[in-house]
Amino acid sequence: MPVELSAARKALEGVPAEPGAPKPDPIVKGSNILRTFGGLKAVDVEHIEIQRGVITALIGPNGAGKTTLFNLLTGFDEPDEGDWSFNDHTLGKVPAYKVARLGMVRTFQLTKVLSKLKVIENMRLGATGQRGEKFWSAPFKSLWSSQEDEITARADALLERFKLDAKREDFAGSLSGGQRKLLEMARALMVDPELIMLDEPMAGVNPALKQSLLGHVKSLRDEGRTVLFVEHDMDMVRDISDWVIVMAQGQIVAEGTPQSVMADQRVIDAYLGAHHDTDITEVDLAELEIEAEAELDQEGTS
Amino acid sequence: MHLRPATLLTAILAGLILLAPVTANAATTPTPSPTASTGTPEKNPVVKGPNITVTLKDVKGGKGEPVPVPGVKLTVHKDSKTGEELGTQTTDQAGRVSIGIPGNGTYVVELDPKTLPEGVKLSGNGETTKTVQVKIAAATFVQFQIGAVVVKEASFGSKLIDASTSGLKYGLIIALAALGLSLIFGTTGLTNFAHGELITFGGIMTYMFNRGLGLPVIAAGALAVLASALFGFAQDRGMWRPLRNRGTGLIAMMIVSIGFALLLRSVFQYTFGGSTKTLSQYVAQGRSDYGPIALSDKEVAIFAISIVTLVVTCIALMRTRLGKAMRAVSDNPALSASSGMRVDGVISSVWILGTALTGLSGVLLAINQQVNFQMGFKVLLLVFAAVTLGGLGTIWGALLGSLVIGLMVEVAPVITLWGWHPVPASIKDVGALVVMILILLVRPQGLLGRAQRIG
Amino acid sequence: MDFGTVIDAAFSAALGPQAIVFALAAIGLNVHFGYTGLLNFGQAGFMAIAAFGLAVSVVTWDLSFWLGLVIALGASVLLALVLGVPTLRLRADYLAIVTIATSEILRLIFGAVEFKDTFGGSNGLTGFASTYRDLNPYNSGLDIGVVSFSVNDLWSITVGWTLVGLGCLLVWALMRSPWGRVLKSIREDEDAVRSLGKNVFAYKMQALVLGGIFGGIAGIFHILKQGSAVPTDFNTTFTFYAYAALLIGGAARVLGPVVGSIVFWFLIAGLGSFFGQATSGTDPLIPDFIMTNTQSSLIRFILLGLGLMLLMIFRPQGIFGDRREIAIDAR
Ligand SMILES: Nc1ncnc2c1ncn2[C@@H]1O[C@H](COP(=O)(O)OP(=O)(O)OP(=O)(O)O)[C@@H](O)[C@H]1O
Ligand SMILES: [Mg+2]
Repeated sequence: MPVELSAARKALEGVPAEPGAPKPDPIVKGSNILRTFGGLKAVDVEHIEIQRGVITALIGPNGAGKTTLFNLLTGFDEPDEGDWSFNDHTLGKVPAYKVARLGMVRTFQLTKVLSKLKVIENMRLGATGQRGEKFWSAPFKSLWSSQEDEITARADALLERFKLDAKREDFAGSLSGGQRKLLEMARALMVDPELIMLDEPMAGVNPALKQSLLGHVKSLRDEGRTVLFVEHDMDMVRDISDWVIVMAQGQIVAEGTPQSVMADQRVIDAYLGAHHDTDITEVDLAELEIEAEAELDQEGTS
Repeated sequence: MHLRPATLLTAILAGLILLAPVTANAATTPTPSPTASTGTPEKNPVVKGPNITVTLKDVKGGKGEPVPVPGVKLTVHKDSKTGEELGTQTTDQAGRVSIGIPGNGTYVVELDPKTLPEGVKLSGNGETTKTVQVKIAAATFVQFQIGAVVVKEASFGSKLIDASTSGLKYGLIIALAALGLSLIFGTTGLTNFAHGELITFGGIMTYMFNRGLGLPVIAAGALAVLASALFGFAQDRGMWRPLRNRGTGLIAMMIVSIGFALLLRSVFQYTFGGSTKTLSQYVAQGRSDYGPIALSDKEVAIFAISIVTLVVTCIALMRTRLGKAMRAVSDNPALSASSGMRVDGVISSVWILGTALTGLSGVLLAINQQVNFQMGFKVLLLVFAAVTLGGLGTIWGALLGSLVIGLMVEVAPVITLWGWHPVPASIKDVGALVVMILILLVRPQGLLGRAQRIG
Repeated sequence: MDFGTVIDAAFSAALGPQAIVFALAAIGLNVHFGYTGLLNFGQAGFMAIAAFGLAVSVVTWDLSFWLGLVIALGASVLLALVLGVPTLRLRADYLAIVTIATSEILRLIFGAVEFKDTFGGSNGLTGFASTYRDLNPYNSGLDIGVVSFSVNDLWSITVGWTLVGLGCLLVWALMRSPWGRVLKSIREDEDAVRSLGKNVFAYKMQALVLGGIFGGIAGIFHILKQGSAVPTDFNTTFTFYAYAALLIGGAARVLGPVVGSIVFWFLIAGLGSFFGQATSGTDPLIPDFIMTNTQSSLIRFILLGLGLMLLMIFRPQGIFGDRREIAIDAR
């Protein structure tokens, strides 16, 4: 085991493996976060803390509220109640772009690449503090061209790291599903975030690339960034995460190191349970269908 | 029984252009002569050969029998208001003038508002002229209205009741079209700018069946609804389905619909002409009192037909298999397709149902008012407003939104604040549009809509 | 059939003041729709508010022409702000419905008899263009066979094409910059842009204001070139035609709106003149029972509608556009 890994784990030593456990150096801290859709409590988190400088995995069955929690934390959605902070900045009704500027950047489960822009333009967009993005200086190229060159150099380096350099001049719309995931992650890194939140970064990425992606994610931590990611692939979770938070039905039901969580009976019941070996996508569909039917019936009677 | 001390009067300038001398008198027979005023001819002779005959009647806001208005000076010009003057006449005891014209072409009839009897003045846009296209092909019946309001004010209460009644009626007519729009939007995501022309289609078809084939208005209306449904089916099969299959984007389809709207509207104008025409029956009906409300028979029918249609449609959408399928597709087309639903078939049915409802709204609009090539285009914005206001793609939202919009259009002009009219009567649509914008500020998803998912 | 007249009519319209009005309005729509993806269906409203801003300032309030220009442009900026603050946070469809409604509201108010003292009622206002006319350096018109312009039109096209040129230059400079990149990204997916720390709302607002100013300039130019401000000129159909012009030339291209407006007016005027001639006289080329002279003016609009449909279906990138770069596509 590399030294860094143990350093990161060391920080979490002594943290009790229980829902909402306090961490020694939290980067995100939130309590009583509630978000409902109609009668459904999509997120109902009593307390959550994310340790700085480690990789935290957020797992849970489909519809557990993971994406909704991401949306709330990053300002893309507004909670019914609750407050949280990032680096001691109180967030709550802070708009998404300000959250991102503070250094908390997320990617999306359904990738959002800018199809009609070239890959390199996608990357350049990510850079913050661009002079040329101000209306009054935009028409005068001399005011921003040198900064643009620096940005381009940084973008090229990242593209190379994510094996997208060959696609540099292609339109992002022509990328494959996995490549889009990569581009989105690379683009988020252009913001130079302190905390990067990845919503299912590995979905649709081929096994070989997955391995190198895992490496990238670990190196992000080693650069001093904090990573929070959602993932259904348990092998991956076991492989790279330092800490695991389990959600079910909007609540945090368990927390702990990967090993302890996967041995936890409640987690097996709530998540791994009977479906431990079945294909995730099948469960996905079945659940969706039941939901859709339930919704229809409900409407029919109302 | 007199519940209202003074009523709103409307004078109708009814012009019948009769080209052949044969039919000269049939439709112009007016009601018994009222008291004569000085300088009024006893009876104007009906000109032999091509002529423009105008009968001026005061329908007294639709209460009781229309009464001819004598002693009003009318002038006919060729081509434009400033064009060659073909003759001036003063309406006789029957409220009639008859002025000869050289043949087919464009004519402008001008009314001298100074000669209107006391108590009646022109309102609205103060329009005193009317342009008429005369074609030799057939005898064209044209009736046009110059609104006139009596200077005496009705009480606020009675005005409010009147306005609410006609607002509700208007709202129901809009609701039919809005439901059609909403169904189509819900299942296909298409923002259909040609929807106004589907309303017009219903109106023009009614006119064709009625005046062209000589069918009674009721039969003509029923056939027009059928024709609309067929038109919808053909449209989906011939245009929208192929476009969907090509993967054309929603914005692109919306622009296609704008092009289609321009095309249809111009075709309507080409074939139907630019003038406003009336159906053969139920044109100016007297009203009878139902409690505090006064309605003409055709208005009662419009209320009944639209309410019954809306209720039946909604129940069908809630209860039947097809209705459920429609709602399922509008919720999630991909999922419905994967669970073995015939999405294309469902969408076809939606188009048929949607255009039939929309056509019906055109039929009722034609019966309520008149037929014009842009009658639908003029209400399209209100239909959009209704659907947006209620919440895009929701059925109940479309209905609720329509009623709100219809009421706002009619009620807003009645409201006075400290002697000031916030919404002048000549621009009554403004009130409804402003209300829609204000409601969207407070509830962006519309009255009954749901917020969208992110991420 | 006199083809000389047809050609003259087509070219004169394509290069004339009316095409300039469309080009200016469509440049604005290009900023809105082509680059930022904002569905503004109320460009006629931006034109109307600026046009009446000028006309009312000069005629009703008796202010100077130049102050009137400032008020006019200020009014279109204000309209953009008023429309943008509530709607730019909402889904794209809402901007569409709110802008179309607002432009109708404005047109109805400007044309209302009740406000005749201020806005001139349905006849509108006249008598504000003397300063503009007095600046005209030309003393005779131009007639070189294929095109002919009156002395007033000659002045208008000089001013107009200069404005169009400057507008295109500005749009070009802006859209190659990082600022333009943010706009195009917002068009593709605003949530993605937001997640990267850009204030999407502010950018949309800037785009709305910029395009609105172009609309305002179009409105001002329109009333100056004809010497009267008439409410019915600013109806929704105008906005649709401006969209047609933009799409013919190609959205999200700097010269798209300009080329589109020229082509649009070339066709409209050419077809109008052609069918007008073909149906006039004692022995018309097209017999009366197929098409009367009145009907002939409608043919071009039928073809316009059809053309717009076919264009969207088969060449959504416009006549000269590059397929890969189109703003509107299958989603
Ligand atoms: N905008 C919305 N409107 C209504 N319900 C919503 C909305 N967004 C999310 N939900 C509901 O909230 C619940 C949580 O959804 P969420 O997307 O957060 O789940 P998740 O944990 O990310 O699942 P998955 O692993 O499948 O991505 C689900 O039941 C979902 O249907
Ligand atoms: Mg999720």
